[in-house]
Amino acid sequence: MNIAITTQLICFTILSLVILVGALGIVLLENIVYSAFLLGGVFMSVAGLYLLLNASFVAAAQVLVYVGAVNVLIIFAIMLVNKKEDLKPINDIKSRRIISTSICLTLLSLLIRVDLTNVWSLSSPQNSIGEESTFRIGEHLFSDYLLPFEVASVLLLMAMIGAIVLARRDVMSKDISTGLPVDQELIEKSSEPLLTNKN
Amino acid sequence: MMSLQSIPIQAYLIVSSALFCIGIWGLLNSRNAVRVLMSIELMLNAVNINLMAFSSYIDNNLIQGQVFTIFVITVAAAEAAVGLAILLSLYRNRVTVDMESFNLLKW
Repeated sequence: MNIAITTQLICFTILSLVILVGALGIVLLENIVYSAFLLGGVFMSVAGLYLLLNASFVAAAQVLVYVGAVNVLIIFAIMLVNKKEDLKPINDIKSRRIISTSICLTLLSLLIRVDLTNVWSLSSPQNSIGEESTFRIGEHLFSDYLLPFEVASVLLLMAMIGAIVLARRDVMSKDISTGLPVDQELIEKSSEPLLTNKN
Repeated sequence: MMSLQSIPIQAYLIVSSALFCIGIWGLLNSRNAVRVLMSIELMLNAVNINLMAFSSYIDNNLIQGQVFTIFVITVAAAEAAVGLAILLSLYRNRVTVDMESFNLLKW
């Protein structure tokens, strides 16, 4: 990809500003629905950064998986559990905030110091394969990364079955081994349907 | 001032560090369980930006970082699905998504 350096810089600045402001909005906004949609914007901007880094396949995968699947899943979960509730106040909330913010700022300064002081041994950009990267990823996935690739497919299957088992609603009324009735209180606070309007 | 050939790798690293720290802050400070999951996604994205930057600037012939990014995306998708399913069953048990009320394992 040959784009003039000024264009690259402008794109990078805009994308990183969107990423950082969007991330701050995600953690700071009161309304969780706004956070979910901002999350989609952040994912799209990260895909834009990947395009700047000559990785079109990973950018497409990011858009498909993150924006298309994860973000939609999060929005569905918000719709299922979005109940107005008055949170109980925590008594030592202020000290907690101070401690966590100072931890994060310390970590940030450490990371930025490492980023700026370390001498990276960069390779020459003439070696860049650019748009060939999709072929190269395919070669990797079917030669030296074949085992992780197959394990990833098994992992996805397990996650799918696990999600179905965890999220399904009907519970067995009898214990399979003993035949005794199951204490439903242990399993589920029943008799309150999930999808009623209880605002 | 020397003229830039390309964007310095430090710029990408700083963006990803800041994103990671914002994710940690959100993870530590959110009361809503869905927001905690979103913060985890932010942190995973920060790691992905790091991997992609190194893959493009240091290893731009073999691009093993991009393959790693693909695997991280896969695991993140699985994690989001299972995490949200756990969240739904928690919500059914406790009728709340407040992180402070999930204290069954607290000693």
